[in-house]
Amino acid sequence: MQNILKIKNLNKNFGGVIATKNLNLSVLDGDIHAIIGPNGAGKTTLVSQIFGQVFPDSGQIFFQNIDVTQISEYKKSRLGINRTFQITSVMKSMTVSENIQLATDKIRENSLNFFTTFTNKNYVLEKVDFCLGQVGLIEANNQPVASLSHGDCRKLEIAMALASDAKLLLLDEPMAGLGPSETQEMIALLNKLKGKQTILLVEHDMDAVFALADRISVLVSGEIIATGEPNNIRHDSKVQKAYLGEA
Amino acid sequence: MDYTLLLIQVLNGLQLGVLLFLVASGLTLVFGILDFVNLAHGSIYMLGAFVCASLTYALDSYLLAVILALPIIGIIGYVFEVFLARPLYSRDHLDHVLGTFGAILVIDTIAHLIWGPAGIAIPLPNYLDGQIKISENIELPTFRVLIIIVGLLAAFGLLWLVNFTRLGMLIRAGASNRTMVSALGIDIRTLFAIVFAIGATLAGMAGMLIAPITEASLGMGNNVIITAFVVIIVGGIGSVKGALVAALLIGLIDTLGRAFLDDFFKIFMSTAAAENSAPAISSMSIYLIMALILSFKPNGLFPPRLR
Amino acid sequence: MQFIKPLKFFILASLLVFPILFNQIGMSFYLDLATRLCILAIAAVGLNLILGYGGMISFGHAAYLGLGAYAVGIPAHHWLYGGLDFLATTNGFVHILIAIAISGLFALLTGLICLKTKGVYFIMITMAFSQMAYYLFVSIEEYGGDDGLVINTRSEIPLINLDDPIQMFLVSFSSLIFFMWLVHLITKSNFGLILSGIKDNEARMVSLGYNVYFHKLIAFIFSGIICGFAGVLLGNFTTFISPEMIDWSRSGELMFMVILGGVATVMGPLFGAIVFVILEEVLSSITIYWHLPFGLLLITVVLFFRGGLSSLFSK
Repeated sequence: MQNILKIKNLNKNFGGVIATKNLNLSVLDGDIHAIIGPNGAGKTTLVSQIFGQVFPDSGQIFFQNIDVTQISEYKKSRLGINRTFQITSVMKSMTVSENIQLATDKIRENSLNFFTTFTNKNYVLEKVDFCLGQVGLIEANNQPVASLSHGDCRKLEIAMALASDAKLLLLDEPMAGLGPSETQEMIALLNKLKGKQTILLVEHDMDAVFALADRISVLVSGEIIATGEPNNIRHDSKVQKAYLGEA
Repeated sequence: MDYTLLLIQVLNGLQLGVLLFLVASGLTLVFGILDFVNLAHGSIYMLGAFVCASLTYALDSYLLAVILALPIIGIIGYVFEVFLARPLYSRDHLDHVLGTFGAILVIDTIAHLIWGPAGIAIPLPNYLDGQIKISENIELPTFRVLIIIVGLLAAFGLLWLVNFTRLGMLIRAGASNRTMVSALGIDIRTLFAIVFAIGATLAGMAGMLIAPITEASLGMGNNVIITAFVVIIVGGIGSVKGALVAALLIGLIDTLGRAFLDDFFKIFMSTAAAENSAPAISSMSIYLIMALILSFKPNGLFPPRLR
Repeated sequence: MQFIKPLKFFILASLLVFPILFNQIGMSFYLDLATRLCILAIAAVGLNLILGYGGMISFGHAAYLGLGAYAVGIPAHHWLYGGLDFLATTNGFVHILIAIAISGLFALLTGLICLKTKGVYFIMITMAFSQMAYYLFVSIEEYGGDDGLVINTRSEIPLINLDDPIQMFLVSFSSLIFFMWLVHLITKSNFGLILSGIKDNEARMVSLGYNVYFHKLIAFIFSGIICGFAGVLLGNFTTFISPEMIDWSRSGELMFMVILGGVATVMGPLFGAIVFVILEEVLSSITIYWHLPFGLLLITVVLFFRGGLSSLFSK
């Protein structure tokens, strides 16, 4: 399998505080690759750098062998990296369907279409239905987002990410704020995507991570201290000492 | 070039600068701390001028009038805060803008009703009306020098108040963490009202200081408020230091531009062309400067730290 | 998806029929009032595109009205008095083209800077730039400076005579309908969907791959051009233009219309303009101090009512 994302020697300081330290990471095409680490390990900073909200001090990020280190956020999204946010971020005043429409490439590519509703109307609507079907929200199609539960908003975010045809999906703590049963639903949902969608999963919930991930990288104080399959990580002494032991 | 003229114009620029600071500092404080946009701040400046004018005639003393007018304006500011600003803090900026726009119409019309449509001139006492002799052929108007000194004193007083006193500490703490300050047993609402009153007093003071030169008039508040906006945008909204630097900068650019731009243009264009274009350009100069600064620093020269 | 519902159709029809009827029985005052109303409503429709649908609170849209009116006044001035031959014309199409070009350019240049900022910065900067236009026209002696410029000849358009009050009204009314329809169309398009997405959650739109700055700029320019066109009508209607028309309190009144009428609705700006014009007329006939009750009303509306007039109608 090929690398879809490759990070080389990434460094980032915030006024003397080291957030990312000489970080190397490869994500294989088709994998669910989880990044775990204690609070303050620099996970969010890493996601922000991959996605382009924060630029690294040094080092490089390659996406499908293109150097995207200094590419701005919206352009990265167009190249095929999409993300969800730790805190739910959707268009609250719009309907579920409209949210997903906005995520589709056909709306984006025809963004300067001023006078007609929908270019490729059928294509877009089919895609909306398909993505909602994937996450099990098909009944909510025309509901306003404001009326959704927190768990359903999380699903909507996944549906939006799917609609964008992302080649790499960054999920920033998708389980955050979910109850136990909702968490199980989310795990089942992501499991369905396994093998079809490359996902970089940043998550606190260890059960979820070990249930889903093909590979896991452990981030401590801005450094990756280990990368491997779940079983190896579980038994890695460095990891146990630095992270699992603590908890 | 005539250096006496240059000196006088620099003095005028400084004078405009400190007055702008007095108006802008209240705006920037209220915005920085209360996150409140007050368009009616210029109307308070105008009220300062009118109240001072009336008192000057009633008491027959400009100095006494100012001393009495300052607390009056402070109280008006306090009342304004309680009845209009306070209910709007939790709303979005659009509501602030509309509400205070309504307040401008109300205050301006009331001023019109009380003081009539014409401006009111304020006579200066003799000891303020003279000239200070600096050298053989340079004389500076006493009152303008006084404005600059008073303005700068107020500026440094405010910086001191915000940065080095207990009240200032509470204000800064209240801005970043309202619950925390309330937990300390401080009535946060009174604290905010005091901030508002201080801002209003400073604006009113600016009105009192300028009135003997220009007279108190109805449109004066609305003329100054936009320039004050330019000042706080350039300085960085919420920063008192930024407001001071920007106010002096804008004051000098505006005054010197109006005075000397045509001479400057004559160096490289015909006299007629210079005389035609200079007024247009100088009237736009501060906005062009603002545009220039914002294209490099979208949050102004001294953006306050994020909270 | 209906453009106009029956009640709204009735309102529009009355707006068209009654002023003309009143005029025929000698009350031409109402025709003038309706014309002014239509022109202000067009400007409010333009402002609503960015304020209501795009969430950009511009406090400087009177500047575009002024630019549009000067685009009539300045060419007409040169046509009569000479000078600047390339500008001198009374051709209405040229006036409109100049107005579109100038207001579009002004929106582009100021928008490039304004749209880098958000929130209060945006409000204040749009305000400052319109004040810049104000002082610019004050400083140009040739066009009357402070005193303003009398427009001696109205724009000439084939088959239409703007000197006839009824035709002036019909042109304003049909322009209003046209722009309401146009903005309705835009807001239902891909672009409109994106614009409401930006209003709702800008950060999310960026992460979905939209160039938010660019789309906001396009909307800003559209909005400016619509107001510029309204300015052409205003210049022709009043046959007089002064910097006072650009003053920021005028921008405040436009905002008042949009908000009062209900943001992000097709009819909202029209309702707002109707209420504003009637208020202005009624209040100013009672007292010359009509700004006092108007201001109190504004404060009351802000403190106690939210959602605007249009929300009352839709209930």
